[in-house]
Amino acid sequence: MLTFTFRRLLLAIPTLLLISLLIFLLLDLAPGDPLAFQPLTIPPEVRQKMRDALGLDAPGYVRYLLWAKQFFWVEPLHFIDWMFGTNFAQGMQRIISWQFRAPVFDIIVQRLPQTLWVVGLAYLVGVMIALPIGIISAYRQYSWFDQVGTFVSMIGFSVPPFFSGVLMIVFFAIMLPWFPSIYDTTLVVDDFSSFGQQVRQMTLPVMVLALQTTAQLSRFMRASMLDNLNHDYVRTARAKGMTEKVVVLVHVLRNSMIPVVTVIALGIPSIFGGAIITEQIFKVNGLGQLLITAIYANDLPMVQTLAFIFAVLIVLCNLIADVLYGLLDPRIRYD
Amino acid sequence: MPDTAMPILDVKGLKTVFRTRGGEVHAVNSVDFHLRPGELLGVVGESGSGKSVTMMSLLRLLPSPPAEMRNGTVMFDGQDLLKASPAALRAVRGSKIGFIFQDPMTSLNPVYTVGFQLAEPLRAHMGMSKSQARQRAVELLKLVGIPDAERRLGDYPHQFSGGMRQRVMIAIALACDPKVLIADEPTTALDVTIQAQIIELVKELRQKLGMAIIWITHDLGVIAGIADRVMVMYAGEVVEEGPVDEIFRNPQHPYTRALLKTVPAVRGPREERLQVIEGQPPIMHHAPAACSFRNRCEFAFDRCAREHPELQAIDAPGHRAACFLLDQALTQTPEAVDG
Repeated sequence: MLTFTFRRLLLAIPTLLLISLLIFLLLDLAPGDPLAFQPLTIPPEVRQKMRDALGLDAPGYVRYLLWAKQFFWVEPLHFIDWMFGTNFAQGMQRIISWQFRAPVFDIIVQRLPQTLWVVGLAYLVGVMIALPIGIISAYRQYSWFDQVGTFVSMIGFSVPPFFSGVLMIVFFAIMLPWFPSIYDTTLVVDDFSSFGQQVRQMTLPVMVLALQTTAQLSRFMRASMLDNLNHDYVRTARAKGMTEKVVVLVHVLRNSMIPVVTVIALGIPSIFGGAIITEQIFKVNGLGQLLITAIYANDLPMVQTLAFIFAVLIVLCNLIADVLYGLLDPRIRYD
Repeated sequence: MPDTAMPILDVKGLKTVFRTRGGEVHAVNSVDFHLRPGELLGVVGESGSGKSVTMMSLLRLLPSPPAEMRNGTVMFDGQDLLKASPAALRAVRGSKIGFIFQDPMTSLNPVYTVGFQLAEPLRAHMGMSKSQARQRAVELLKLVGIPDAERRLGDYPHQFSGGMRQRVMIAIALACDPKVLIADEPTTALDVTIQAQIIELVKELRQKLGMAIIWITHDLGVIAGIADRVMVMYAGEVVEEGPVDEIFRNPQHPYTRALLKTVPAVRGPREERLQVIEGQPPIMHHAPAACSFRNRCEFAFDRCAREHPELQAIDAPGHRAACFLLDQALTQTPEAVDG
């Protein structure tokens, strides 16, 4: 398993390099001028100087290699310096966001906590709710619990977050003023009352996002459990005199988790992608919102870096899914 | 085996119905039988004749819904298993009655080690500690003839061959020294040489441990070699039962005779074609009101469609069959009936 993981990690390097090139080429094809937002009163020769300074007219391969050097070499050095107080980077040029005129990674680090708190927690909550619902729904198939679960899942599937989000705001922020409709990033959590406020402002976006995750995962879990409940080994477990709890939670559950774990792991990158729509609705200035504004502002370094980070996460989570799969299912051994 | 010994398992009027979308299916219809200590009862019949369903009904192993045990009593150890509480039933399953299933490929849980699956009943029923259960598991694997037992405890089912897996299943069924072992076509999914090995193993274990065995099969050759008594089932009913020699030497029910004819003979004159019984067992949407075999029976006459034949005793002790021809057979020579 270890050599398998190591081999996969090595294989990921050429894959990611190729992806980074593809992202670069695609963004290069995109129309739009990074200087379009500058005032029209800037004289053409000044504008040209700005273009030269940003390196916009350099050949594609130069711009790509420059970005690659900054991403793979300069940024890690800066990270090490920041971690250990060393001075490896020696002031080398970092990837600068054109829009914010600040290093891309500094801005990402500012935005990451909001996204992790809201979207990450929503994912966690969704998984924690979905698994028991899926298990009970399958075990008591066609019971009222299952019927209600199916109904709620269908709602979660079919109602998009831009609708359910607004609905939540109307119900729980306006008609019943229990929760704030706007996420306040400047809130500092240092005592119980501010912690309570943080929980309250997270509630609505987490609910909206968790509804989606729960809907999908609980259906998946239910299907997987149903598939396994009819297997012969379940009958064997009962014939051995095992309690229903052991039959379901020991014998059936582990078999059912095999496909579900893959789905859960593959869903993790989407957390970091942020929930673009939900973040907009609740004014959470997380990564999703950052990506959208960067696209509007033609902030190529930012878009390129974010897109590439998502690609890295997707490749990594694929690997995690494969490893978990192998851990759960002894029939699958990669070495 | 003395006929007078108290039965260890006594089934009376067992009736199992499946409630399906297309109506009810009467899979087991008023089945009576008993099993004496140390006896090997062979249960034969075609696919769909209700053999497995009968045996699974005993321990209520059928999923309910759709299955429903509508009637009858299953007396075992002084209690009626059909009315026992879930906890009391669990105390019998895997402990006093062991079960071996047909397909060893799917009957073991693929994601747990053989040692874990073997230790489960030991720890649940006999209150063994982890190390005790491990020790006993090694003994059991040795008992069923798995070499290198100690090391193989940590292996997963997919690392065993089909025959070895069936041995593991037998070890699990025997883990808690059951009084009764129910083997539901344990050799059907195995190839012939492995079949013979498993049959030998069960014979040997029976001598060593002395439990009673119910052996379900559609292979009459197997039954002839190991059974004390045979019960022939058709359409969810017992149509004939008796000592194994009686059944093979002097079969009374037309179905039993037809079954025996289908066995190809190795010795004797070569026959042109294999004998078959035309048609299939009926799917019973109602409890039988007439003879279920009449449509495939070459001796059927008008009474077979009007009345339901009950099991009746034949001159040999313990031999019973359910056929109207027997009324005449008792007064006529067997040749006349055959003709």
